[in-house]
Amino acid sequence: MSHLAIRLDNVSKKFRKGETHDSLRDLLPALGRRLITRTTADRADAREFWALRDVSFEIAKGEAFAIVGANGAGKSTMLKLLSRIMPPTAGRIHVEGRLSALIEVSAGFHPDLTGRENIFLNGSILGMSRQEIERKLDDIVAFADLAEFLDTPVKRYSSGMYARLGFSIAAHVNPEVLVVDEVLSVGDYVFQQKCLKRMREVIRSGATVLFVSHNLKAVCELCQNAVLLERGRVAAIGPSAEVVRTYLDRLTSSRAVPTNTPAYISSVGVRGRTGESVRFSSGETAWIDIEITAVQRCERLAVVLDLLDETHYSVFNTSTERLGHASVTLEAGQTYRCTFEVTLNSGNCTLHPAVIAYRYDVQREYDALSPAATIYVTADADVRGVVNCLPRVVRQDIVTKDGVVSLGASQVA
Amino acid sequence: MITALRELYRYRELLAMITYRDIRVKYKQSVMGLLWAVLMPAMVVLAGVTVKYAYAVATQQPLAMADVASVAVKSIPWAFLVGSIRFASLSLIANTSLVTKVYFPKEVFPFAAVASQFFDLLIASAVLAVFLTLADTGLSWYLCWTPFLLMILVLQAIGIGTFVAAASLFFRDVKYLVELFLTFAIFFTPVLYDAELFGSRREILFLNPVAPVLEGFRSVIILHRPPEHLWILYSATLAGVACVASYLFFKRLEPRFAETV
Repeated sequence: MSHLAIRLDNVSKKFRKGETHDSLRDLLPALGRRLITRTTADRADAREFWALRDVSFEIAKGEAFAIVGANGAGKSTMLKLLSRIMPPTAGRIHVEGRLSALIEVSAGFHPDLTGRENIFLNGSILGMSRQEIERKLDDIVAFADLAEFLDTPVKRYSSGMYARLGFSIAAHVNPEVLVVDEVLSVGDYVFQQKCLKRMREVIRSGATVLFVSHNLKAVCELCQNAVLLERGRVAAIGPSAEVVRTYLDRLTSSRAVPTNTPAYISSVGVRGRTGESVRFSSGETAWIDIEITAVQRCERLAVVLDLLDETHYSVFNTSTERLGHASVTLEAGQTYRCTFEVTLNSGNCTLHPAVIAYRYDVQREYDALSPAATIYVTADADVRGVVNCLPRVVRQDIVTKDGVVSLGASQVA
Repeated sequence: MITALRELYRYRELLAMITYRDIRVKYKQSVMGLLWAVLMPAMVVLAGVTVKYAYAVATQQPLAMADVASVAVKSIPWAFLVGSIRFASLSLIANTSLVTKVYFPKEVFPFAAVASQFFDLLIASAVLAVFLTLADTGLSWYLCWTPFLLMILVLQAIGIGTFVAAASLFFRDVKYLVELFLTFAIFFTPVLYDAELFGSRREILFLNPVAPVLEGFRSVIILHRPPEHLWILYSATLAGVACVASYLFFKRLEPRFAETV
């Protein structure tokens, strides 16, 4: 046990759906009815809902561990159980050491108080002592980049400043176990990079970090291990790269066929020169096979292919229509097949093809699948990123006081 | 309960911060400023003087300065108790975002509500001291009772406040019941009038555990007599029991706060 920071044994959490009695006015008559009829207990079961079911895992001390899963998989419930905001319905949770949670960190701000007062207030809410906050005050302010607004009431802050101050306070708590919920959606790009850097520092300092994010790239980068939750159950557990892959695979394969649309995307596959594949070398050609099945008559169908990077940001986008192919009309029961050929002219990266089937003339979406698949690209030279600009170094000089020493130059085209 | 109290002790700085926040927010940006603390007791005194005056007219006796002073002495603790219960009953509801997001002992909210009202009581007491000096009510050793009486009062405030804080989170109409109760409680408590008015039926009035404490304040500050020991013991015991029971009740329900809000 001593090497473990967190252990969960068959943890389950049940919620009640629907209305509960939240006023005496409703409760008293209901109690009266129950005394007479005694049937309410039978119906209660139908309204129960398990947010987590038999979840067990262990996290070693000093480990960075991620929880991934779709919305509603139980991630937030898990964090609330771990941070003791709610008790589990069944099972046991053991946390060793001081746990601190970065969950919507600006929750404790009071709009009328100044930034400085709110730092002290929120710091103590997060479990810091007064001296600790005083010691870290300068760091917190510098990190949030709010030195000149420190004595302004936070109600005059912009939403970005608000969130930055919140994260900054939370990031300076030095807990033994840190729980982080989607804080990377806070602030602009520069601030997000700062947050990631700070998280790396926290991990390096030996703290155990439990990380929940939809940013799968950050999950892979920061965490050794991860667990995948699916409708409250553990679907996969292990090294984070594998868990993320399982997650993405399941996203595409476990999809329920949409019912309220005339046509749906029935299949998406990725082929390389040697057949079905997910691993490619930079510069290779990939074929993406798409099948769309019509349930009813489906007019002027066109298909968009979108390539997303790890953060699900679109890096490339094309469509059958834009490539000069007229839209097609399907009768009920017919299937439309098309294949896009793309050259994976990128560095080391992960790409997620996404597909949208839509009606061209009125720009109405029939169906969308995002992400539809995963492609891993490896480049020969160590170049990273979604574009391979085919780089080479054509000149290297060292400039001294006395002149220029050339380390070599090659023919510039 | 011991572990709960130990944990509360670890979060004592948070309790101080939340109290500071409550006080600061109340006095910041209000033109009234510190007058806030005096306003509520002053209203009670005014009401009390009216009642006393009517009584004086009815009995054809002049209105004595001691009568006004006795209302003033009782109105401040009364304003504290009413304010504490009112703010405590709203304290969890007003902080739902913290209740659902961060772990810490949630009793800091009702406790801080009582503490910030106690701050008001201190300011009002300073004003009262000036008033009593001007009214020349005199001093006596019986004044040493005051801290003890205040302690009972604080325990009563915590006992009731903690209970209604948790209850109003589960039942939305509790806060209206509290408001109704607080509005009419002043008629069942000797604030505007003195307990002697009831003559031999005084004991019935004293069953209200706040009554002996308020009359106690009057005894030791104005009348220079000791309070009635047995009745004070009665109030103190009830206050202690109420505190423990409410705290246990609160701690029992606390795990369900986050999913109930």
